[in-house]
Amino acid sequence: MKKKIALALSLIMLAGTVCLSGCGNNGGNTSDTGNSSTSGTESAIRIGGIGPVTGGAAAYGMAVKNGAQIAVDEINAKGEIKLELNFQDDENDAEKSVSAYNTLKDWKMHMLLGTVTTTPCLAISPETYSDRIFQITPSASSPQVIEGHDNVFQVCFSDPNQGTASAQYIAEKALATKIGIIYRNDDAYSTGIFESFKAEAEKLGLDIVSVTTFTNDTASDFSVQINDAKSKGADLLFLPIYYEPASLILAQAKSADFAPLFFGVDGMDGILSLENFDKSLAEGVILLTPFSADSEDAATKSFVEKYQSAHGEIPNQFAADAYDAVYAIAEAVKKSGVTADMSAADMCDKLAAAMTEIKIDGITGAGSQLTWNDKGEVSKAPMAVVIKDGVYVGY
Amino acid sequence: MTFLNHLINGISLGSVFAIIALGYTMVYGIAKMLNFAHGDVIMIGAYVSFCVTSYLNLPVIAAVVISMLVCTVLGIVIERLAYKPLRDASSLAVLITAIGVSYFLQNAALILWGSNPKIFSSVVAGLPTLSLADGRLVISSEAIITILACIIIMIALSLFTAKTKAGKAMRAVSEDKGAARLMGINVNFTISITFAIGSALAAVAGVLLCSAYPTLSPTTGAMPGIKAFTAAVFGGIGSIPGAMLGGILIGIIEIFAKAYISTKISDAIVFAVLIIVLLVKPEGLLGRKVREKV
Repeated sequence: MKKKIALALSLIMLAGTVCLSGCGNNGGNTSDTGNSSTSGTESAIRIGGIGPVTGGAAAYGMAVKNGAQIAVDEINAKGEIKLELNFQDDENDAEKSVSAYNTLKDWKMHMLLGTVTTTPCLAISPETYSDRIFQITPSASSPQVIEGHDNVFQVCFSDPNQGTASAQYIAEKALATKIGIIYRNDDAYSTGIFESFKAEAEKLGLDIVSVTTFTNDTASDFSVQINDAKSKGADLLFLPIYYEPASLILAQAKSADFAPLFFGVDGMDGILSLENFDKSLAEGVILLTPFSADSEDAATKSFVEKYQSAHGEIPNQFAADAYDAVYAIAEAVKKSGVTADMSAADMCDKLAAAMTEIKIDGITGAGSQLTWNDKGEVSKAPMAVVIKDGVYVGY
Repeated sequence: MTFLNHLINGISLGSVFAIIALGYTMVYGIAKMLNFAHGDVIMIGAYVSFCVTSYLNLPVIAAVVISMLVCTVLGIVIERLAYKPLRDASSLAVLITAIGVSYFLQNAALILWGSNPKIFSSVVAGLPTLSLADGRLVISSEAIITILACIIIMIALSLFTAKTKAGKAMRAVSEDKGAARLMGINVNFTISITFAIGSALAAVAGVLLCSAYPTLSPTTGAMPGIKAFTAAVFGGIGSIPGAMLGGILIGIIEIFAKAYISTKISDAIVFAVLIIVLLVKPEGLLGRKVREKV
């Protein structure tokens, strides 16, 4: 009898798991159009999106999804061309990214907006290259994403550019005499920025006194890394990492009585959106970003307003990059004259050719126009923001 | 002075591992099973405490007590539903069930609380850090409270198993289940008590872990769980002082490996030390040699 009860209970538990995980999947599948059939509307250009909507980097995926949707709605409202966005979750995981990609191929996407983060993107861009699907990533910043792939374009700065620009910025503004660095050595993004930063810093004569690392498995205790930087007298700590470990470093540096200038890159963006995060910890953190939400520029203002009323928070640079990416797509579509009845492969080369010819007045890039070269690299001006009273302010 | 700093950080990190390892080692000693869901009970404990302080605005003590209660009930329920029916099954079946329970808890947390990391407010947030020798030696209040909690728990547990009736029953069951049953000890009840204590400790460990390293996500318990399991094996699985010693040593080795050898390969060094110890002393540092009867 008891055995039967136990069996029944475990069956209930099992059923619970299946149901719950089912619900979870539905939450991840976020087609904005409400169109649940496998192929999208006939007349619209179908844009597939991939990024982490859940998981440790969820702030980026959500920002890209929301920012892109605003741009899609604006363009559709103008009526010149019609776009449709289907955004899939990859949880910042390369394997899940590939299955999201396959889902989108079944949906017959014409082009890919994504992926949002670097590691999954390194798995996806060879796929789009061999499938001949045009790809534009708002924020995956490794140069390997576009290297040798004539169909892939970046809206963000590449890692070497971020590292180099950070070093130049620090040298130019004389922010530091002794620099400490903590980077994540099992991550292509973090390592890439670190290497270019180090090379440029040596050229500029900046003094790097402490370099320490961590991995995904050791990303909880940073006492050794902080102690090392502190004992060597670093007055600036360069953190080319994502915001989740960065939030731990800020907290642990505080309890170790270590208060250098913290300098981050785009991965630091999102730190203010962590639930229950003590924003005073991030006070004075400088980050290199192409977008500042408090800019006076009219396009930026209207974007920030729309984003805030729809999602209740100030957009970060990922949302802005995505917004610019969709406008770049729209511009390239108009320039090349592709239409929704063409196959993705037919579109690919035409769009790639058009990308090198277009110029857009983006909201990223500090007022400069965005252009692309045939390698897929963007050209725009960098800028830095500092966190003051819990919001970004132009530095 | 930096050496002392590293030592204290190591002991503090190790104390968290030690409290988690106590749960592993008790359950193993008595039920002879590896409860891989233990790390996830820690995560649940931390989430419960987070909810109580952030959403209900109750004081820290209430949060700790409530999360201990929830975890105790959770531990007993897990044991009843998932492990008890398999009491006579092969140990592999129980092991796989434990892994299943672990994933069940992680996914349940994913649905209940979402996957965006939450920042856990330290339970000792108000207390100042201890700064000695002109700020060259800094001891955080989290480190102090963790080390203290670890020592208190270790003493309480040792007294409990040595002096109380339930504790003696636990030792008897761990020695020989069949003989204990013949002597009139309720084996099932004793195992339930073990799970209850282990899970209550997991709640404490969760609160301490997240106070020291404040990002909380559904996978928070996974890696510390594995490290603590390593610590339990290192110290001799089944031995309470062994789990304590093992946990603290693993913490110290990890920090020293990072500080004096390389931050890049610290985990490899920790496990290399483990392998060497197990080669020399296969039963762990304080483990008892058990002769297999043929």
